[in-house]
Amino acid sequence: MEAVIKLEEAKVGIADWRVALAPERLVTLGLGSCVGIALYDPVSRWGGLAHIMLPDSRQFQDHGNRAKFADLAIPDMLAEMLRRGARRSRLVARIAGGAQMFTSVDRHLSFLNIGQRNTAMVRQTLEGLGIPIAGADTGGNFGRTMIFDLATGQVHIRTIGRPLKTI
Amino acid sequence: METWDKLNALHLDALKEIGNIGAGNAATALANMLGGRIQMTVPRAGVLPLQEIASLVGYEEEPVACVEFSVSGPAPSKIFFLLNEPSAFLLIDLLLGKPQGTTIELDEMGSSVLTEMGNILTGSFLNAFAGFCHLTFTPSVPAFAFDMLGAVLSAAFLEGGYFSDRALVIETRFYSEMVTISGHFFLIPENEALGKILQSLGLELD
Repeated sequence: MEAVIKLEEAKVGIADWRVALAPERLVTLGLGSCVGIALYDPVSRWGGLAHIMLPDSRQFQDHGNRAKFADLAIPDMLAEMLRRGARRSRLVARIAGGAQMFTSVDRHLSFLNIGQRNTAMVRQTLEGLGIPIAGADTGGNFGRTMIFDLATGQVHIRTIGRPLKTI
Repeated sequence: METWDKLNALHLDALKEIGNIGAGNAATALANMLGGRIQMTVPRAGVLPLQEIASLVGYEEEPVACVEFSVSGPAPSKIFFLLNEPSAFLLIDLLLGKPQGTTIELDEMGSSVLTEMGNILTGSFLNAFAGFCHLTFTPSVPAFAFDMLGAVLSAAFLEGGYFSDRALVIETRFYSEMVTISGHFFLIPENEALGKILQSLGLELD
């Protein structure tokens, strides 16, 4: 009988986060102006992946889904990782996304630049928590899928029409 | 609580109906562009959260084309039209008078053809909508994206200002004897605009 080894792959949806242990993989599909944040403890090999939509919860009244906002999702996911046995001093972050997907001749889009603001807030939040950024693939005008391999801590970035990239 | 939560079955029916009228007008515009008779059906319409919209349209990594507009006026909104890759490539061939199957990747010409087609379709959608509601909708110039469904869809909600993570989705199928084109219209009214639209139809939100 042929043995097929299939790695566990858990999907993280938009405005959601998830924590898992090696050898699982965490995947989030189609990041546009959203940002994906992978936190990893290389010793315990606990990892977490978040897919945030908006930078700052303080600009909104409705916080029904905390995972939507960079400033709430990252500390929430961190707390869950620490509960499971990750050590804060060992954590590193890898981030991707924050693109500007739409182009137009005349646009307030570039003025708002939500992708850039998401990335800036993610960096600021991580810095505030004392978590160093080990790799980043942000900006541009294309979508990204993050595949977070908890066995190695590496994050693979899949796009349309570009080679697979590892951060 | 968002305005969407206050909608009852009657409100939803009214929104679907104006969606139908808008899509019907868009089908006429498409028929004029392609110089043939185009039928239209609206297989599904409803209010959906962003998380569920992707699975209605397809798979998150599947390439799609999207034309997006900000709409100003008494009921500020966003409207966008989304096409899957086969439908987008087919439309480019039809509009440029090339044999079907010629377009296999998107170039600059293809992008502008799709942007212009989206401009015309969305314009006629909005015109029907405006006529029915007796409201004026003034669309911005179009913005265009062609990439992974998940990335394009979420960016259409977020880039150019975030109102809500729910939208009125109108699945639209255009078909003739020769071809079928599947697309989706999305309407995201700014918070108070939804109430204005319903009011214009003689309905009140609680």
